[in-house]
Amino acid sequence: MAFWTIVGIALLILVWVIVTYNGLIGLRNQVQNAWQQIDVQLKRRHDLIPNLVNAVKGAMQFERDTLERVIAARGRAASARGPQEAAVAEGELSGALARLFALMENYPDLKSSQNVLQLQEELTSTENRIGFARQFYNDLVARYNIKQQVFPTNLMAAGLGFAPATYFHIEEAEKAAPRVDLSLN
Amino acid sequence: MRCPSCGLVQFEGPRCKQCGAETPASPPERSLPPVNLYDQQATNRRKTGIVIALFLLLVLLLGVGFDRLILVGAPSFWPAGPGASRGVAFPVATVIALGVGSLSAWLGYRHGDRFVLASCRAVPLAPTDLQGRQLDNVVEEMSIASGLPKPKVYVVQDSDPNAFATGRDPVHASIAVTQGLLAIMNRDELQGVIAHEISHIRNYDTRVMTVTASLLGAVLLLHDWSARTGPWRDRDSHDGRGHGAGQLLVFILWVVLIALAPLLGQLIAMSVSRNREYLADASGAELTRNPMGLAGALRKLQAATAPTHSVSRGTAPLCICDPLGRAVDERRGLWADLLATHPPMSERIRILEAMAYAGS
Repeated sequence: MAFWTIVGIALLILVWVIVTYNGLIGLRNQVQNAWQQIDVQLKRRHDLIPNLVNAVKGAMQFERDTLERVIAARGRAASARGPQEAAVAEGELSGALARLFALMENYPDLKSSQNVLQLQEELTSTENRIGFARQFYNDLVARYNIKQQVFPTNLMAAGLGFAPATYFHIEEAEKAAPRVDLSLN
Repeated sequence: MRCPSCGLVQFEGPRCKQCGAETPASPPERSLPPVNLYDQQATNRRKTGIVIALFLLLVLLLGVGFDRLILVGAPSFWPAGPGASRGVAFPVATVIALGVGSLSAWLGYRHGDRFVLASCRAVPLAPTDLQGRQLDNVVEEMSIASGLPKPKVYVVQDSDPNAFATGRDPVHASIAVTQGLLAIMNRDELQGVIAHEISHIRNYDTRVMTVTASLLGAVLLLHDWSARTGPWRDRDSHDGRGHGAGQLLVFILWVVLIALAPLLGQLIAMSVSRNREYLADASGAELTRNPMGLAGALRKLQAATAPTHSVSRGTAPLCICDPLGRAVDERRGLWADLLATHPPMSERIRILEAMAYAGS
């Protein structure tokens, strides 16, 4: 009798380990997929930037400094490896691009060029996609890490070779927000 | 709350802090039932089943009634039925109705999205111009944010702003927007609208609503058909045949049922569609993290009161705002609640703006 009880408990534990392991594996794959999605969008941004710079170069001769900064930031971002390094470089690139977009407002000629408008739309979309892919990735990382840290999974997560994933934080460029009155009365 | 004259978002008070204008008293808070995404998906799967079952029941009743009351005793063109000699013919209408009913239920589930898209003459988006590129990009962005595959994008040639999503699951989903919507929305607002539609897809709202829409179409069809062939058109068919009191009662019930069938179908369709608008607004705002985008879009939709002509009655529950432009939409109360496919626009805007306040 006691023998069968022990066998039963051992089986239950085994089933629990298998279920937990498979759950963690599934989440880890999702996290990796989400990271690849960010990577795809970052690559898209790196590909689009030279086109934009070429399109506006003629009209914006007096902004050579800004254009060069964008190109340099792009180069650093394209050669970055891993979430942490990429986050820093991409943050710089976002800042440089935001400056370029702001300066472009001063050139009405650019506003009427269909080509530039199209490129600007594509880059805006890419910025958004990076943002949303990051949002999705970070949500998944949070779920993955929490799952490893809760009891009793924390007893075996490290033993089975699972480690917490890294969040992808980019310094947020200033966003135009609705005016909000925060004074309390 | 948003000040009506200067647009400043602020806590409620009798006067706006910036310009001093009177702020209107806000409607009383309405508590929404707590819902989460997975509950909503499970509920929607169950509701799809209920809708199909109710529909089949309705069709069955119509068919049985037709057999019992119209074909009874008529010179049987069904020679070999066992009850033919007693005047009880093979239940032709029941079988036909059930067959047609099951077929349309199955078709509605498998291909409902195509019917819906075809019925409003939606054409696949060709992202060549700037506007088209923008729409395509926004859909791509929202599918990334939600982690779903990118739905197919369609455009409807209608100058009234509206949008809807359809398809039985995220893999077979489509989003359609009207030309009018593209013309008046800025990028943030378009993003809000698309996020709302993507949420409908993620919550499996589109499955219930697409099935309901195509079944409602079938009910309307059956209704027209039986109204045309019913005994009130063709008195000779049952003249001189005495009805017992019981049969008369059944007959009256059946007539009432046929008369009410479209309304019943409509009521089912509406009850499955209203609450989920609030949820889609909320989870759409969660995707964009910018409730003001959708709030702004709803404001513009509210201002455009013209009905969307290219959207049929059955498709109404799918749209982001009521395409029929019914005045009842803006009122509250039992009757308005029963008949509206959508919650009052002002209520939806209010909730979104409250969200924007809480989030900032």
